[in-house]
This record gives sequence, structure tokens and C-alpha cells, in this order.
Amino acid sequence: MSLIVTDLSVHHGAIRAINSVTFEVEVGEMVAVVGANGAGKTTLLRALSGLNRSVSGSAKWNGKEILHTKPELLVRRGISHVSEGKSVIPELSVRENLTLGAIWRRNPAEAQQTRQDVLEVFPRLAERIAQPADTLSGGERQMLAIGRAIMSRPHLLLLDEPSLGLAPLVVAQIFQSIRELAASMKLTVILVEQNAMSALKIADKGIVLHLGAIAAQGSAKDLVADSKVRSAYLGY
Amino acid sequence: MYTFINTVLIGITSGAIYSLMAIALVLVWRSTRVVNFAQAGQALLSTYVGYACIQQFNSFWLALIVSMLAGALIGAFIDAVLMRTLFRRVSHGPIAGVAPIIATLGLLGLIRAGLGLFVGNQDVIIRPPVSNVGYTVAGHTLAFSPLKLVIVSTSIILMIALSILFAKTNLGLSLRAAAFSPEIARLAGVRVDRIRTLGWAIAGAAGAAAGMLQTPNGNGSFSPDSLDFSLLLVFGFIAAVIGGLESLIGAVLGALLLGLVLAFVLTYISGSLVFITAFVLLILVLLIRPQGIIGAKRGRRA
Ligand SMILES: Nc1ncnc2c1ncn2[C@@H]1O[C@H](COP(=O)(O)OP(=O)(O)OP(=O)(O)O)[C@@H](O)[C@H]1O
Ligand SMILES: [Mg+2]
Repeated sequence: MSLIVTDLSVHHGAIRAINSVTFEVEVGEMVAVVGANGAGKTTLLRALSGLNRSVSGSAKWNGKEILHTKPELLVRRGISHVSEGKSVIPELSVRENLTLGAIWRRNPAEAQQTRQDVLEVFPRLAERIAQPADTLSGGERQMLAIGRAIMSRPHLLLLDEPSLGLAPLVVAQIFQSIRELAASMKLTVILVEQNAMSALKIADKGIVLHLGAIAAQGSAKDLVADSKVRSAYLGY
Repeated sequence: MYTFINTVLIGITSGAIYSLMAIALVLVWRSTRVVNFAQAGQALLSTYVGYACIQQFNSFWLALIVSMLAGALIGAFIDAVLMRTLFRRVSHGPIAGVAPIIATLGLLGLIRAGLGLFVGNQDVIIRPPVSNVGYTVAGHTLAFSPLKLVIVSTSIILMIALSILFAKTNLGLSLRAAAFSPEIARLAGVRVDRIRTLGWAIAGAAGAAAGMLQTPNGNGSFSPDSLDFSLLLVFGFIAAVIGGLESLIGAVLGALLLGLVLAFVLTYISGSLVFITAFVLLILVLLIRPQGIIGAKRGRRA
């Protein structure tokens, strides 16, 4: 089980936002994708989850092609995407957002169990279970977005900037929860982050995107230690 | 005093019918962002199916169910065949927003003309399933008959069924999620295209019920170019806008308000002011509370 991406390009009309990107993710690994604004991080994730299907190249999950497939079908194959900017539905309650995450599953008992697991990791959500999601704080919404994605019991979790707009303390908390979830559910995680240093600290591997291409990749430790990478792309 | 009570009763009855139409329009608007002018045509077509069913089996109730099923099929067909293709073909640019709406306008004309061609433009009649003679209370005959009771209670039953569907079932959750946020619904595994078609189907059924209940409430006769169905669309639309266009409860409240206001104008002022009042109400609501009477946003939106 692994994700093998080969020569992936993604177009926004005439613009090529991702240009022939190749990388591999082993099962159970956490990969941080970092890079400046506009580097193409979001575009990359949206191609992998099926939201953007103007793509060429190949991406194989467990040996099967996932490009050109709709997100509602990919989620059935174990790929869950938390899109950029708190991907919850504000009009629905916390409970409904969580239920939604498991809506395509046919086993209510299993969904119930998963919800308990999620609420154990994010007890704040349990306290607010009946509230509409638009009454949650930014951090709580991000927890709910991740919880919603976990409800489908994914094998590959795509996270787009879970730290966006959150205070450092909350970011640390959320990163901690992501790590716990990944370990307990044996998740493969692709974590897109502006917050390069904190992401690389919890990740196994790192990919540095620059203008839609991979500028560097390797073990997270090596990337952080590499002074050239640090000064050119991470800004430290 | 009796005049007042009668006016309220008339208002509630027509409000009940408008609310079914308003619900139909809101469902389509929410699920595909289309103002569906064809809804009047769909209701007309479904009511004809109901009429044919009455001719055949002589049962209004069977006809109501059959016409709602027909309405659902027609709605689903329009979305799955016409709208989906249209959305694929014109997905960008300024025309993308109006093309589907203009298409529904065209469809309305097409349905009416097509029906006229097939069944002719002469009036046909749906007789009331129960008496339309008002109940008598203390020597006064009320403007509320067994028929009106049937109309109001059928509407209430349908609304309760719909609210249970939307609030308590997974299907309802999918419908709401797909309406509020299609992208997140997709990511959660909702098959948004199918769910949208289902929304059109439910709307079609609600519109059919409105047509089937409205016809015997009036003089019972209708034809492919009946004004009644255009008015049903206009009043349903005004009610939906008063209710904020996004909310089913809002649509029902808007319809009741509209029904009552129009009944009072009709009784106490003049029948010739009914239309003017309806449109003045629409414009006032748009000017003063464009989000509708209960469309207020709650909570924080960061
Ligand atoms: N829908 C779109 N249409 C046209 N261009 C787009 C679209 N989405 C993204 N782009 C362009 O593609 C490039 C990559 O954008 P992307 O959102 O993937 O960057 P990002 O790395 O996620 O940035 P950020 O850190 O700011 O979220 C940018 O130049 C952006 O302007
Ligand atoms: Mg981004």
C-alpha cells in the first residue's frame, strides 16, 4: 500500500499550477508538503482527492489510478481530504457534520464507534455536539473538519493547512491530535503547511514545492538540517 | 366577526397551496441555484396526469399520489437530462448563471404548447373529492368546507413528511449538505449529482400536489393555458422570496403571510388590488429584508 505520483501536472485553464511532479509516500508515513504562497500545495491536494480533474500524469493508490476520479468515489477508496479553510458546513450542527463524514457507509454501529473515537480525540466537539458549526471557534472548526474526514475511516488523509489562522497553542494541539490519529488509525498523511518548521517536525518526510515543481524532497530531518533548503525555501 | 374569521380561513387555505409551490421552488433553488420557471409547467403536466387518472379510476386520492409520482419523475428527468447537460456545456462566464433560468422559461413555454398540441386547449375539470359547501357554525356558513380541510391537512401532512425527511434522515442530511456546500458534501462521499436530481424530484412532487389541490379549490377547470398555474408560480415565488429563498420553513411562513394578506385585501379592500398587493409585498420585502423574513444569519461567520 502506497501512493505513487508520477509526472503529475495540473492546469488552471492555461496556467500550469503543478508541473510534472513525482514522489512516493509509503503507507503509514506522514509527508509534509511545504512552500510559499502560490507554490501549488492546494492544487496538488485537490488533484489527489479528485476535486481538480484537469490533470495529466498518474497517481496510484494501492496500485490503482486515482486521477480523473470523482472525490465522492475516492472517499470510498479510503482517501479523505480536509480542504483549505475549515472544511465544515456551517449550517449543519457538529453532530450532523460528523454524521456526514460517514454518510456513504452502510454500517451505523461502525459510524457510532468512529464518532466516539473522534470525540475522544477532540473532547471540545463532544461539548458542542448539538451546536451549529458556525458557532464554533476557528480551532474547533478545524477539529470538526478533521473529525469529519476521519469519520469515513480513511487510509490516506490529505490535510490542507490545518494551522491556518490559529494561535500557536491551538496549532500545537491540533498537530498533536493529528499525530495521535495517524498512529492509532495507521493513517498515511499528506500534510500541506505554510508553517513549514512545525510541519516538518512532526512529519517523516518533506516535500518542498516551488512554483509548481518539487525543489527538494527527503527525510524531514534532513530537510530541516539542510542550510540551503532552509534559507532558500523555508526562510529560516 | 364572521367576515374576519372567514378571511383568515381563506388566507390559510390559499397559503397552504402557495406553500407547496414555494417549497418546490426553494428546493430547486437550494440544490442547483436555478429559479425554476418551468415549475408551473411541471405542475400543469402532473395535474393532467392526475386528471387522466381520475378519468380512469375515479379516485382523487389515487390521482393525487399518481400525479405526485409523475411530478417527481418529470422533475428528475428535467434535471438529469436538461440541467446536467446545460451545466456541463455552459459552466463559465456570465451566461452560466442565467442560461439555466432562461432554459426553464423556455421549458415552461414548451410544456404548455406541447400539452395544448396533445390534449387540446379546452378546459377539463377536476371535481372536488369532498363537499365544498362551507361548515355551518351557529347559523353562519363559514368559508371553510370539507374540501378546504382536505387541502390544508394534505399540505400539512406533506410538510411534516418533508421536515422529517430533511431533519431526521441521512438522505435529508445529504440533501442539505449538497445544497449548502456541494464541495464538502462531495468530499464526504455524497453523490451530489444524484442528490440534486432527487431534490428536483421532491420539488416536482410538491408542485404536483399544489396543482392537484389548487384546481378543485378554484372552479375545478383548467387547460394548458390556464392563468391559475402562472399565478401559482408567481405567488409561490413571492412566498419563497418572503421566506428568504433558502429555507423551507421560511417558504411556508411566507406563503401563509401572503395568503392572509391577499385574503384581507380581497375581502376588505378590493379584488382588483390583489396582484398589486402581492407585488408590492415582494418589492417591500426585497427592499427592507432582502434575506427574507426568517432568513437572518445566526451565529458567527468567520
Ligand atoms: N481556480 C484557479 N484558477 C486559476 N488559477 C488558480 C486557481 N487556483 C489556484 N490557481 C493558481 O495556481 C497557483 C497555485 O495555487 P495554490 O492554491 O495551489 O497555492 P498554495 O501553495 O496552496 O498557496 P497558499 O499557501 O497561499 O494556499 C497560484 O498561482 C494560483 O493563483
Ligand atoms: Mg493553499
